Amino acid sequence: MAAQAGSDVASLVSNNEKTILPEWVELQKKAGILHTGRISEGELQAQSKNFLHLLHEALTQGGTDTTGAAFEPARGMLADLSRSRAQQGFSPSETATFIFSLKRPLFNALNRDNTLSAEQIASTVWTSTALLDELGLFTLEIFQKSREEVIVRQQREIAELSTPVVKLWEGILALPLIGTLDSQRTQVVMENLLQTIVDSEAEIAIIDITGVPTVDTLTAQHLLKTVAAARLMGADCLISGIRPQIAQTMVHLGVELNVISKASLADAFAVALRQTGRAVVKTKRIEGFALPEKKSGGQGA
Amino acid sequence: MPTTKTERLGIKISDDVVRVRQLTRMLSVEVGLGLVDQTKVVTAASELARNTLDYGGGGEVIAEIVEQGGRRGVRLTFEDKGPGIADIEQALKDGFTSGRGMGLGLGGAKRLCNEFSIVSAPGTGTKVTIARWK
Repeated sequence: MAAQAGSDVASLVSNNEKTILPEWVELQKKAGILHTGRISEGELQAQSKNFLHLLHEALTQGGTDTTGAAFEPARGMLADLSRSRAQQGFSPSETATFIFSLKRPLFNALNRDNTLSAEQIASTVWTSTALLDELGLFTLEIFQKSREEVIVRQQREIAELSTPVVKLWEGILALPLIGTLDSQRTQVVMENLLQTIVDSEAEIAIIDITGVPTVDTLTAQHLLKTVAAARLMGADCLISGIRPQIAQTMVHLGVELNVISKASLADAFAVALRQTGRAVVKTKRIEGFALPEKKSGGQGA
Repeated sequence: MPTTKTERLGIKISDDVVRVRQLTRMLSVEVGLGLVDQTKVVTAASELARNTLDYGGGGEVIAEIVEQGGRRGVRLTFEDKGPGIADIEQALKDGFTSGRGMGLGLGGAKRLCNEFSIVSAPGTGTKVTIARWK
Protein backbone atom coordinates (compact mmCIF):
# COMPACT_ATOMS: atom_id res chain seq x y z
CA MET A 1 0.00 0.00 0.00
CA ALA A 2 2.72 2.41 1.03
CA ALA A 3 4.81 1.45 -1.96
CA GLN A 4 1.81 1.95 -4.22
CA ALA A 5 1.15 5.40 -2.79
CA GLY A 6 4.83 6.24 -3.13
CA SER A 7 4.93 5.29 -6.77
CA ASP A 8 1.71 7.25 -7.37
CA VAL A 9 3.38 10.37 -6.06
CA ALA A 10 6.56 9.51 -7.92
CA SER A 11 4.78 9.26 -11.24
CA LEU A 12 2.90 12.43 -10.45
CA VAL A 13 6.21 14.23 -9.97
CA SER A 14 7.91 12.72 -13.02
CA ASN A 15 4.94 13.25 -15.36
CA ASN A 16 4.53 16.87 -14.38
CA GLU A 17 8.08 17.97 -13.64
CA LYS A 18 7.94 20.58 -16.41
CA THR A 19 4.89 22.30 -14.95
CA ILE A 20 5.61 21.75 -11.26
CA LEU A 21 9.06 23.30 -11.26
CA PRO A 22 8.22 26.74 -12.72
CA GLU A 23 5.04 26.92 -10.66
CA TRP A 24 6.96 26.08 -7.48
CA VAL A 25 9.74 28.58 -8.15
CA GLU A 26 7.10 31.21 -8.91
CA LEU A 27 5.36 30.55 -5.58
CA GLN A 28 8.62 30.85 -3.68
CA LYS A 29 9.33 34.14 -5.43
CA LYS A 30 5.87 35.34 -4.54
CA ALA A 31 6.56 34.50 -0.89
CA GLY A 32 9.35 37.05 -1.12
CA ILE A 33 12.35 34.74 -0.90
CA LEU A 34 14.32 36.81 -3.44
CA HIS A 35 13.51 40.17 -1.83
CA THR A 36 15.94 39.42 0.98
CA GLY A 37 18.77 39.53 -1.55
CA ARG A 38 20.49 36.63 0.14
CA ILE A 39 19.85 34.19 -2.67
CA SER A 40 19.80 34.65 -6.45
CA GLU A 41 17.10 33.42 -8.81
CA GLY A 42 19.58 31.06 -10.44
CA GLU A 43 20.41 29.47 -7.12
CA LEU A 44 16.76 29.09 -6.21
CA GLN A 45 16.06 27.51 -9.59
CA ALA A 46 18.96 25.09 -9.18
CA GLN A 47 18.03 24.15 -5.62
CA SER A 48 14.39 23.55 -6.54
CA LYS A 49 15.26 21.47 -9.59
CA ASN A 50 17.80 19.45 -7.68
CA PHE A 51 15.39 18.71 -4.86
CA LEU A 52 12.57 17.72 -7.19
CA HIS A 53 14.91 15.31 -8.89
CA LEU A 54 16.10 13.78 -5.61
CA LEU A 55 12.53 13.53 -4.35
CA HIS A 56 11.48 11.68 -7.45
CA GLU A 57 14.35 9.25 -7.13
CA ALA A 58 13.66 8.61 -3.47
CA LEU A 59 9.97 7.98 -4.18
CA THR A 60 10.60 5.49 -6.95
CA GLN A 61 13.15 3.62 -4.87
CA GLY A 62 11.85 3.54 -1.35
CA GLY A 63 8.23 4.59 -1.09
CA THR A 64 7.21 7.24 1.39
CA ASP A 65 9.39 6.53 4.42
CA THR A 66 11.32 9.79 4.70
CA THR A 67 13.65 8.34 7.32
CA GLY A 68 14.67 5.42 5.08
CA ALA A 69 17.86 4.96 3.08
CA ALA A 70 16.24 5.95 -0.21
CA PHE A 71 15.63 9.43 1.13
CA GLU A 72 19.23 9.83 2.28
CA PRO A 73 20.32 12.06 -0.66
CA ALA A 74 17.16 14.20 -0.45
CA ARG A 75 17.60 14.63 3.31
CA GLY A 76 21.27 15.50 2.86
CA MET A 77 20.40 18.17 0.32
CA LEU A 78 17.71 19.62 2.61
CA ALA A 79 20.13 19.62 5.55
CA ASP A 80 22.71 21.55 3.52
CA LEU A 81 20.03 23.97 2.38
CA SER A 82 18.72 24.71 5.88
CA ARG A 83 22.19 24.98 7.30
CA SER A 84 23.28 27.51 4.70
CA ARG A 85 20.01 29.42 5.05
CA ALA A 86 20.41 29.53 8.83
CA GLN A 87 23.86 31.02 8.38
CA GLN A 88 22.67 33.48 5.73
CA GLY A 89 20.13 34.79 8.23
CA PHE A 90 16.89 33.47 6.75
CA SER A 91 13.95 33.20 9.14
CA PRO A 92 12.61 29.74 10.03
CA SER A 93 9.42 30.28 8.02
CA GLU A 94 11.35 31.47 4.99
CA THR A 95 13.37 28.28 5.19
CA ALA A 96 10.37 25.99 5.66
CA THR A 97 8.52 27.69 2.79
CA PHE A 98 10.92 25.92 0.44
CA ILE A 99 9.20 22.61 1.18
CA PHE A 100 5.70 23.71 2.05
CA SER A 101 5.26 25.77 -1.10
CA LEU A 102 5.70 22.59 -3.16
CA LYS A 103 2.26 21.38 -2.05
CA ARG A 104 0.23 23.63 -4.28
CA PRO A 105 1.97 22.83 -7.57
CA LEU A 106 1.72 19.13 -6.71
CA PHE A 107 -2.02 19.33 -6.02
CA ASN A 108 -2.57 21.43 -9.12
CA ALA A 109 -0.88 18.76 -11.20
CA LEU A 110 -3.06 16.17 -9.51
CA ASN A 111 -6.20 18.12 -10.41
CA ARG A 112 -5.19 18.39 -14.02
CA ASP A 113 -4.78 14.63 -14.29
CA ASN A 114 -8.26 13.39 -15.24
CA THR A 115 -7.32 9.73 -15.57
CA LEU A 116 -7.32 9.28 -11.81
CA SER A 117 -10.28 8.20 -9.73
CA ALA A 118 -11.47 10.32 -6.82
CA GLU A 119 -10.17 7.68 -4.45
CA GLN A 120 -6.72 7.74 -6.02
CA ILE A 121 -6.61 11.53 -5.84
CA ALA A 122 -7.58 11.52 -2.19
CA SER A 123 -4.96 8.97 -1.24
CA THR A 124 -2.22 10.73 -3.24
CA VAL A 125 -3.09 14.06 -1.64
CA TRP A 126 -2.85 12.48 1.78
CA THR A 127 0.47 10.75 1.01
CA SER A 128 2.13 13.79 -0.43
CA THR A 129 0.88 16.07 2.36
CA ALA A 130 2.23 13.72 5.01
CA LEU A 131 5.48 13.38 3.09
CA LEU A 132 6.07 17.11 2.63
CA ASP A 133 5.11 17.84 6.24
CA GLU A 134 7.72 15.40 7.44
CA LEU A 135 10.37 16.89 5.17
CA GLY A 136 9.36 20.42 6.18
CA LEU A 137 9.73 19.57 9.86
CA PHE A 138 13.07 17.98 9.14
CA THR A 139 14.18 21.23 7.49
CA LEU A 140 13.13 23.22 10.53
CA GLU A 141 14.88 20.84 12.88
CA ILE A 142 18.16 21.20 11.02
CA PHE A 143 17.65 24.96 10.85
CA GLN A 144 17.20 25.11 14.62
CA LYS A 145 20.17 22.87 15.24
CA SER A 146 22.51 24.95 13.12
CA ARG A 147 21.36 28.14 14.87
CA GLU A 148 22.20 26.49 18.17
CA GLU A 149 25.60 25.48 16.84
CA VAL A 150 26.23 29.11 15.94
CA ILE A 151 25.29 30.20 19.48
CA VAL A 152 27.52 27.59 21.11
CA ARG A 153 30.44 28.62 18.89
CA GLN A 154 29.91 32.27 19.73
CA GLN A 155 29.73 31.51 23.45
CA ARG A 156 33.05 29.73 23.21
CA GLU A 157 34.55 32.63 21.28
CA ILE A 158 33.30 35.14 23.85
CA ALA A 159 34.71 33.06 26.70
CA GLU A 160 38.12 33.06 25.07
CA LEU A 161 38.10 36.60 23.74
CA SER A 162 37.15 38.25 26.97
CA THR A 163 39.99 36.87 29.05
CA PRO A 164 43.27 38.13 27.63
CA VAL A 165 46.38 38.25 29.79
CA VAL A 166 48.36 41.41 29.09
CA LYS A 167 52.03 41.94 29.79
CA LEU A 168 52.51 45.39 31.35
CA TRP A 169 56.22 45.18 32.04
CA GLU A 170 58.97 42.65 32.47
CA GLY A 171 57.56 40.26 35.10
CA ILE A 172 54.25 42.10 35.52
CA LEU A 173 51.01 40.78 34.03
CA ALA A 174 47.53 42.24 33.99
CA LEU A 175 44.29 40.28 33.69
CA PRO A 176 41.38 42.63 32.91
CA LEU A 177 38.18 40.75 33.71
CA ILE A 178 34.92 41.74 32.04
CA GLY A 179 31.40 40.47 32.66
CA THR A 180 30.15 37.55 34.70
CA LEU A 181 32.57 35.21 36.40
CA ASP A 182 30.70 31.93 36.20
CA SER A 183 32.51 28.66 36.71
CA GLN A 184 33.22 27.93 33.07
CA ARG A 185 34.81 31.29 32.37
CA THR A 186 36.79 31.27 35.58
CA GLN A 187 38.32 28.03 34.42
CA VAL A 188 39.45 29.64 31.14
CA VAL A 189 40.73 32.69 33.02
CA MET A 190 42.70 30.63 35.47
CA GLU A 191 44.27 28.46 32.80
CA ASN A 192 45.25 31.50 30.72
CA LEU A 193 46.76 33.29 33.67
CA LEU A 194 48.74 30.34 35.00
CA GLN A 195 50.09 29.46 31.57
CA THR A 196 51.16 33.06 30.93
CA ILE A 197 52.84 33.21 34.34
CA VAL A 198 54.93 30.20 33.30
CA ASP A 199 55.65 31.54 29.81
CA SER A 200 56.69 35.02 30.86
CA GLU A 201 58.22 34.15 34.24
CA ALA A 202 56.02 36.77 35.83
CA GLU A 203 56.44 37.77 39.48
CA ILE A 204 53.29 39.81 39.82
CA ALA A 205 49.83 39.46 38.27
CA ILE A 206 47.26 42.25 38.56
CA ILE A 207 43.65 41.10 38.36
CA ASP A 208 41.50 44.05 37.33
CA ILE A 209 37.78 43.73 38.07
CA THR A 210 36.65 47.14 36.80
CA GLY A 211 34.48 45.37 34.21
CA VAL A 212 32.82 42.93 36.62
CA PRO A 213 29.40 44.41 37.48
CA THR A 214 28.59 42.26 40.52
CA VAL A 215 30.97 40.64 42.97
CA ASP A 216 29.05 38.09 45.01
CA THR A 217 30.47 35.34 47.18
CA LEU A 218 30.87 32.93 44.27
CA THR A 219 32.83 35.52 42.25
CA ALA A 220 34.95 36.27 45.33
CA GLN A 221 35.59 32.58 45.84
CA HIS A 222 36.70 32.19 42.22
CA LEU A 223 39.00 35.20 42.54
CA LEU A 224 40.55 33.80 45.73
CA LYS A 225 41.11 30.42 44.11
CA THR A 226 42.82 32.06 41.13
CA VAL A 227 45.03 34.08 43.49
CA ALA A 228 45.91 30.96 45.50
CA ALA A 229 46.85 29.03 42.36
CA ALA A 230 49.01 31.90 41.08
CA ARG A 231 50.77 32.03 44.46
CA LEU A 232 51.57 28.35 44.27
CA MET A 233 53.30 29.09 40.98
CA GLY A 234 55.38 31.77 42.63
CA ALA A 235 53.54 34.86 41.43
CA ASP A 236 52.00 37.46 43.72
CA CYS A 237 48.56 38.79 42.87
CA LEU A 238 47.11 42.26 43.22
CA ILE A 239 43.45 43.07 42.70
CA SER A 240 42.50 46.39 41.18
CA GLY A 241 39.40 48.16 39.96
CA ILE A 242 37.33 47.75 43.11
CA ARG A 243 34.71 50.50 42.90
CA PRO A 244 33.28 52.13 46.05
CA GLN A 245 29.90 50.39 45.79
CA ILE A 246 31.57 47.01 45.30
CA ALA A 247 33.83 47.65 48.31
CA GLN A 248 30.86 48.47 50.54
CA THR A 249 28.92 45.46 49.33
CA MET A 250 31.84 43.13 49.97
CA VAL A 251 32.19 44.42 53.52
CA HIS A 252 28.50 43.73 54.19
CA LEU A 253 28.79 40.29 52.65
CA GLY A 254 31.68 39.56 54.96
CA VAL A 255 34.06 38.61 52.17
CA GLU A 256 37.71 39.26 52.85
CA LEU A 257 40.20 39.29 50.03
CA ASN A 258 43.50 38.81 51.78
CA VAL A 259 45.49 40.28 48.91
CA ILE A 260 46.69 43.78 48.23
CA SER A 261 43.92 45.61 46.41
CA LYS A 262 43.82 49.02 44.78
CA ALA A 263 41.08 51.21 43.37
CA SER A 264 42.65 51.59 39.93
CA LEU A 265 44.89 49.59 37.64
CA ALA A 266 47.38 52.49 37.61
CA ASP A 267 47.75 52.32 41.41
CA ALA A 268 48.23 48.57 41.30
CA PHE A 269 50.82 48.92 38.53
CA ALA A 270 52.72 51.45 40.67
CA VAL A 271 52.75 48.96 43.56
CA ALA A 272 53.93 46.21 41.23
CA LEU A 273 56.77 48.37 39.92
CA ARG A 274 57.81 49.24 43.46
CA GLN A 275 57.77 45.60 44.52
CA THR A 276 59.98 44.62 41.61
CA GLY A 277 62.44 47.41 42.44
CA ARG A 278 61.49 49.82 39.70
CA ALA A 279 60.24 53.37 39.67
CA VAL A 280 58.68 55.67 37.12
CA VAL A 281 60.63 58.93 37.05
CA LYS A 282 59.46 62.13 35.47
CA THR A 283 62.23 63.54 33.27
CA LYS A 284 62.63 67.10 32.10
CA ARG A 285 60.61 67.80 28.99
CA ILE A 286 62.75 68.03 25.91
CA GLU A 287 62.07 71.26 24.06
CA GLY A 288 62.62 69.85 20.59
CA PHE A 289 60.00 67.17 21.24
CA ALA A 290 57.10 69.58 21.06
CA LEU A 291 58.18 71.19 17.80
CA PRO A 292 56.65 68.87 15.21
CA GLU A 293 53.38 68.98 17.05
CA LYS A 294 53.32 72.78 16.88
CA LYS A 295 53.71 72.64 13.12
CA SER A 296 50.89 70.19 12.56
CA GLY A 297 48.74 71.90 15.16
CA GLY A 298 48.96 75.21 13.30
CA GLN A 299 45.53 74.75 11.84
CA GLY A 300 43.84 74.75 15.21
CA ALA A 301 45.72 77.80 16.52
CA MET B 1 1.53 47.32 50.99
CA PRO B 2 0.52 48.23 47.43
CA THR B 3 2.49 46.61 44.66
CA THR B 4 2.96 48.66 41.51
CA LYS B 5 4.85 46.17 39.39
CA THR B 6 5.40 42.42 39.50
CA GLU B 7 7.78 40.27 37.47
CA ARG B 8 8.33 36.52 37.68
CA LEU B 9 11.40 34.64 36.60
CA GLY B 10 12.24 30.95 36.77
CA ILE B 11 15.61 29.91 38.18
CA LYS B 12 16.58 26.66 36.48
CA ILE B 13 20.11 27.09 35.10
CA SER B 14 23.06 29.28 36.06
CA ASP B 15 22.30 31.76 33.24
CA ASP B 16 19.07 32.50 35.10
CA VAL B 17 21.11 33.91 37.99
CA VAL B 18 22.48 36.51 35.57
CA ARG B 19 18.92 37.25 34.45
CA VAL B 20 17.78 37.70 38.06
CA ARG B 21 20.62 40.19 38.60
CA GLN B 22 19.65 42.14 35.48
CA LEU B 23 15.98 42.22 36.48
CA THR B 24 16.86 43.36 40.01
CA ARG B 25 19.10 46.11 38.68
CA MET B 26 16.37 47.28 36.30
CA LEU B 27 13.79 47.50 39.11
CA SER B 28 16.26 49.21 41.47
CA VAL B 29 16.94 51.87 38.86
CA GLU B 30 13.20 52.32 38.34
CA VAL B 31 12.65 52.82 42.07
CA GLY B 32 15.49 55.33 42.12
CA LEU B 33 17.95 53.56 44.42
CA GLY B 34 21.46 55.02 44.55
CA LEU B 35 24.40 53.18 43.03
CA VAL B 36 25.53 51.67 46.33
CA ASP B 37 22.03 50.44 47.23
CA GLN B 38 21.57 49.09 43.71
CA THR B 39 24.77 47.09 44.01
CA LYS B 40 23.78 45.82 47.46
CA VAL B 41 20.36 44.54 46.43
CA VAL B 42 21.69 43.08 43.16
CA THR B 43 24.40 41.22 45.06
CA ALA B 44 21.89 39.92 47.62
CA ALA B 45 19.65 38.78 44.74
CA SER B 46 22.61 37.02 43.16
CA GLU B 47 23.37 35.12 46.38
CA LEU B 48 19.77 34.06 46.94
CA ALA B 49 19.21 33.09 43.31
CA ARG B 50 22.28 30.90 43.43
CA ASN B 51 21.09 29.30 46.67
CA THR B 52 17.72 28.60 45.04
CA LEU B 53 19.52 26.95 42.14
CA ASP B 54 22.29 25.05 43.97
CA TYR B 55 20.58 24.02 47.20
CA GLY B 56 16.87 24.28 46.34
CA GLY B 57 17.25 22.48 43.02
CA GLY B 58 15.74 25.43 41.12
CA GLY B 59 12.68 27.55 41.73
CA GLU B 60 11.48 31.00 40.92
CA VAL B 61 11.72 34.61 41.97
CA ILE B 62 8.93 37.15 42.24
CA ALA B 63 10.31 40.66 41.91
CA GLU B 64 8.08 43.58 42.87
CA ILE B 65 8.15 47.32 43.21
CA VAL B 66 6.29 48.14 46.44
CA GLU B 67 5.06 51.36 48.03
CA GLN B 68 4.50 52.13 51.67
CA GLY B 69 3.84 55.51 53.24
CA GLY B 70 5.21 57.36 50.22
CA ARG B 71 8.37 55.27 50.11
CA ARG B 72 9.19 53.00 47.23
CA GLY B 73 11.26 49.87 47.33
CA VAL B 74 12.18 46.60 45.67
CA ARG B 75 10.97 43.34 47.13
CA LEU B 76 12.17 39.94 45.97
CA THR B 77 10.73 36.57 46.96
CA PHE B 78 12.76 33.46 46.18
CA GLU B 79 10.90 30.20 46.38
CA ASP B 80 11.97 26.62 45.85
CA LYS B 81 10.56 23.17 46.53
CA GLY B 82 13.90 21.73 47.58
CA PRO B 83 14.96 19.85 50.70
CA GLY B 84 14.46 22.88 52.99
CA ILE B 85 16.63 24.07 55.87
CA ALA B 86 16.46 22.26 59.22
CA ASP B 87 18.41 24.77 61.30
CA ILE B 88 17.89 28.30 59.97
CA GLU B 89 20.00 29.92 62.70
CA GLN B 90 22.95 27.77 61.75
CA ALA B 91 22.43 28.46 58.02
CA LEU B 92 22.58 32.20 58.67
CA LYS B 93 25.86 31.90 60.55
CA ASP B 94 28.88 33.15 58.61
CA GLY B 95 31.10 30.40 57.38
CA PHE B 96 28.52 27.64 57.57
CA THR B 97 27.76 25.83 54.33
CA SER B 98 26.27 22.48 53.44
CA GLY B 99 27.85 22.74 49.99
CA ARG B 100 31.15 24.03 48.72
CA GLY B 101 30.57 27.78 48.92
CA MET B 102 32.04 30.27 51.35
CA GLY B 103 29.04 30.13 53.70
CA LEU B 104 28.50 33.88 53.54
CA GLY B 105 25.66 34.18 51.03
CA LEU B 106 22.56 33.89 53.21
CA GLY B 107 23.86 35.98 56.11
CA GLY B 108 25.40 38.44 53.65
CA ALA B 109 22.10 38.86 51.82
CA LYS B 110 20.45 39.62 55.17
CA ARG B 111 23.03 42.33 55.94
CA LEU B 112 22.67 43.85 52.46
CA CYS B 113 18.93 44.47 52.76
CA ASN B 114 16.49 46.42 54.93
CA GLU B 115 14.09 43.53 55.33
CA PHE B 116 14.79 39.85 55.39
CA SER B 117 12.59 36.89 56.20
CA ILE B 118 13.00 33.20 55.69
CA VAL B 119 10.47 30.39 55.91
CA SER B 120 11.74 26.87 55.57
CA ALA B 121 11.24 23.38 56.92
CA PRO B 122 12.74 20.06 55.87
CA GLY B 123 10.85 18.59 52.96
CA THR B 124 8.70 21.60 52.15
CA GLY B 125 11.16 23.91 50.42
CA THR B 126 12.41 27.38 51.23
CA LYS B 127 11.01 30.88 50.79
CA VAL B 128 13.23 33.91 51.32
CA THR B 129 11.90 37.46 51.04
CA ILE B 130 14.12 40.54 50.97
CA ALA B 131 13.34 44.22 50.49
CA ARG B 132 15.39 47.35 50.03
CA TRP B 133 13.78 50.76 50.49
CA LYS B 134 14.79 54.04 48.98
